[in-house]
Amino acid sequence: MSAFEPTKLDRPRATRDWSAANAGTAKSVAAALRRADLGDRLRSLALAAPLLLLLALSFGIPIVLLLSRAVYDPTIADALPQTSQALVGWNGTGLPDDAAFLALAADLRSNQAKGTAYELAKSLNARLPGARSQVLKTMRQLEAADRPPLEVMKAVPFWSAPGTWPVIESGTHSVTSFYLLSALDLRWNSDGGIERVPPEQAIFLQVFMRTFLVAAAVTLATLILGFPLAYLIASVPKGLAAILIVAVLLPFWTSILVRTAAWTVLLQKFGLVNDLLLWLGVANDRLDLMYSRIGLIIAMTHIQLPFTLLPIYSVMRTIQPSQMKAAYSLGAKPFTAFRRVYLPQVFPGVMAGCLLTFILCLGYYITPALIGGASDQLISNFIASYVNVELNWEMAAALSFILLVFTLALFGIFARILGLDRLKLV
Amino acid sequence: MLLSPYPTTGERIRITLLWLWCGMVILFLLVPILVPVPLSFNSGAFFIFPLEGISTRWYEVVLGTQRWQAAIGNSLIVAFGTTLIATILGTLTAIALSDEKFPGRRIVMPLLLSPLIVPVVITAVGSYLFYARIGLASTYAGIILAHTALASPFVVVTVGASLTGLDRNLMRAAAISGARPITSFFRVMLPLILPGVLSGAAFAFVTSFDEVVVAQFLASANQRTMPLEMFIGLREKLSPAITAAATLMMALSIVLLVVATVLARRGKQRPRID
Repeated sequence: MSAFEPTKLDRPRATRDWSAANAGTAKSVAAALRRADLGDRLRSLALAAPLLLLLALSFGIPIVLLLSRAVYDPTIADALPQTSQALVGWNGTGLPDDAAFLALAADLRSNQAKGTAYELAKSLNARLPGARSQVLKTMRQLEAADRPPLEVMKAVPFWSAPGTWPVIESGTHSVTSFYLLSALDLRWNSDGGIERVPPEQAIFLQVFMRTFLVAAAVTLATLILGFPLAYLIASVPKGLAAILIVAVLLPFWTSILVRTAAWTVLLQKFGLVNDLLLWLGVANDRLDLMYSRIGLIIAMTHIQLPFTLLPIYSVMRTIQPSQMKAAYSLGAKPFTAFRRVYLPQVFPGVMAGCLLTFILCLGYYITPALIGGASDQLISNFIASYVNVELNWEMAAALSFILLVFTLALFGIFARILGLDRLKLV
Repeated sequence: MLLSPYPTTGERIRITLLWLWCGMVILFLLVPILVPVPLSFNSGAFFIFPLEGISTRWYEVVLGTQRWQAAIGNSLIVAFGTTLIATILGTLTAIALSDEKFPGRRIVMPLLLSPLIVPVVITAVGSYLFYARIGLASTYAGIILAHTALASPFVVVTVGASLTGLDRNLMRAAAISGARPITSFFRVMLPLILPGVLSGAAFAFVTSFDEVVVAQFLASANQRTMPLEMFIGLREKLSPAITAAATLMMALSIVLLVVATVLARRGKQRPRID
């Protein structure tokens, strides 16, 4: 970079420095320019700083905080300080010694006294199904105080069951991989290895698979519907193309919620889609399209179609029709010319559109919540229900973590191969 | 363009099939967004064609009942707040990013765009968790802040696009004529990039006005926005009032985004010093 580009001279400060340095050596000119350059950098940073700070506050910190909940859960460690102490020397197999039982009894009583009993019971229950009632029952018996604490503890079979103490021990560490593993239907086994949870407890892999399948189906559907239309719009004269592009943009500009609402009207048992199917003779009876997978995919395809189509169209617009004519004149059959001349050039647009639609589909929440049935809920809906219904923040955080990893990985691929400029849609 | 001067039969068939397919796709795109419009003027309470009669009773419900009026008011407060903050901060950031000396431009741009890519439920749940701790949950400020994160990328992109067409010599001319940076911004740069700024503002307004997921997690009953009221209504019972609300929201977003697009196009053509 030349130090004497005219751009360096345009700012008052630079010109001032320039005249001051004029009397000195070339070295001090360079130093003055560097100073001016630094000033410019700082000034542009200061211009961007307010938005960056605001984004950190309203977007960055919330997400980091949420994700930290997936691996950091101090509830049990805080609630069981004596037990944590007593378990320090335990080797993790069999039952710990009586001191640990006594420490746990003391911790349970102090939680009862502090009023944190329910929180502890809930937190243990998240890791060990059925623990809630056992904890509360034991607390009541300890409260009664008609027997020595150790006897009470030994009398409840739950505390001597093989799986209980390893879970308590892992709970006394605040940093945990439990929830992240659970989100992938995995868990630690007693030998310190990782294993799959029993099939009756496995839910999340299935939900992730479902999310990917729905996203893939929608992406494919939008491509099949969108590619020919993009080709048509790119090929017809300008005026007609403008009308056709408005037909794509009108739904694009309508919010997801409004379009989902429209589809709930259309997909009703006595709605327009069923009317049409009956009239065409495709179906003999009215179908239950609401709360079904097919209804969900139709609505999502409608919403995502412009996202797939517009990047493809913006590439097709740049391809000269004369290239295809040249291919024909060289003897290529239409299909060969399309495959060998047209398609390779359109491919980046197809990739951009499909990848964008796939990424956006992974995060769908509104449409599955309103149109999908119980077995069509995607990963976002599970995250929301862990927050709203189960009040299990750790599990919601772990699922968010995994969803975010997939999303950002795909976004990274997008930015890497295609460049962020392709995100511009209009 | 589609047909060659001497089309073969095969070519004619291919083009006819293409038109048929595209006609169906366009019907698929347009019919669903147009169907709520006539239904919202239905005098009956059912979603069945043919309509029982024409009436504006459902618009009277949406515009006349206290519940919906409050929701519309909340939506306007949140959307105007978001638009104001996102437009000012987004414009400043776009100006900073248009300077090739901006440090770390390649890192900042993907970060700015990430709110559009991160699943909105994650943003919503995270904001809910954080704002509950700092006392911003169930406040207008909380919703506006979260919406600003979602809306500002549009401002940065549209203003950035109009800045790439801006002739920097105009700014140099202003500086040489003795204008201070702030003067040359308001007197030279801003009037030239104004179409881009207004376009970004319209995008920001629509983004906030249509947003429902963040609102669902952050709003209490007092801050329910119009889309949230619609979402709750759709979950409970499908009432024709929802088609009226949907029609109103659709009309508003389409009008604003048409304006935004026209402005964005115009923002790219500008005078140059030769």
